[in-house]
Amino acid sequence: MKRSNAPIFWLLFGAGGMVSALIGPVLVFITGIAAPAGMLLPRELLSYANVLSFSQHWAGKCFLFVIIFLFLWHSAHRIFHTLHDIGLHAGLGAKLVCYGAATTGTLVAGCALLRLGW
Amino acid sequence: MNTSERMITMEVLRYRPEQDETPFFQQFLVPFTDDMSVLQGLQYIKDELEGSLSFRWSCRMAICGSCGMMINGVPKLACHTFLRDTYPNTLRVEALAHFPIERDLVIVMDDFMAKLESIRPYIIADTPRALSEGEYLQTPAQLDLYEQFSSCINCLLCYAACPQYGLNSKFIGPGAMALVHRYNLDSRDSGSAQRMPLVHAEEGVFNCTAVGYCSQVCPKKVDPANAVNINKTESAKDYFLRFVTPKGAGK
Repeated sequence: MKRSNAPIFWLLFGAGGMVSALIGPVLVFITGIAAPAGMLLPRELLSYANVLSFSQHWAGKCFLFVIIFLFLWHSAHRIFHTLHDIGLHAGLGAKLVCYGAATTGTLVAGCALLRLGW
Repeated sequence: MNTSERMITMEVLRYRPEQDETPFFQQFLVPFTDDMSVLQGLQYIKDELEGSLSFRWSCRMAICGSCGMMINGVPKLACHTFLRDTYPNTLRVEALAHFPIERDLVIVMDDFMAKLESIRPYIIADTPRALSEGEYLQTPAQLDLYEQFSSCINCLLCYAACPQYGLNSKFIGPGAMALVHRYNLDSRDSGSAQRMPLVHAEEGVFNCTAVGYCSQVCPKKVDPANAVNINKTESAKDYFLRFVTPKGAGK
């Protein structure tokens, strides 16, 4: 019997699911509604200067990286399994596309955060 | 209770391989009283209307696990489902989903039998215990750990409910996984090292997408979904920690 390598993807999926369940909705509220509309939060909260300095701080970088990369792996895994559920058993191809996209996104996010400087 | 006799239409899936190309539905008008189960309805059909109808049954009281079938599209024990709950609508009975049909409502269960055998569903002791040593002792707390999972009657309703087993029958499936868990948790057993490779395998727990329908249809409240998902965590831990854990450390 061949040992499954699913634990790697399942743990990333689980971690992403946990983070998105805990802070996903409030992130959408802050960045999509409260700050842009000036409801409860000042509009300047998401100004270019604020967001830039946030992403130049080491803690901000870590936060952004974790959010982006775990959300990506969570959604890649979910899309991969949903494809299987709706009858598209693309196997290795689907795996490469889904997890490949997550890997690419992770690398791009990491490089972009590093290029923003400290 | 309404004791007067009423008539219900039962629509039964028929398949006689020697004469039918494909399965088809046959309707029967069955007289019933409030205390009659779907199984009793089928028995009436066999005795009075159509002697060639085939179905498995034995105990009539949800203990043997023989009469699992799709009743109005839901996996249920025929002896555990009342005709009155569907009346006045037509009641539809089909062979269990996800299994090949042998004849009428009888499925081919070879796949499950092979899986059941592969998980070694019996107590494996490190050292054989001599009769003179007396019985094994187990505390109520040790019994509590696995008792729920030991109620499985192998009725296969969970396999008919599992969409992942339906898509890929190589998946070891909810029922067999619940039994793996049952024996691994038993204080008398030391066989978990022999069973876990199957849990970790490509046929193992990670085929499950946590739908949970298996636990919903289980007539014995075994909760196989819980057994599968606890073992996902166990398997993931083992995947990363196997190189640093001494052999035999984690039972």
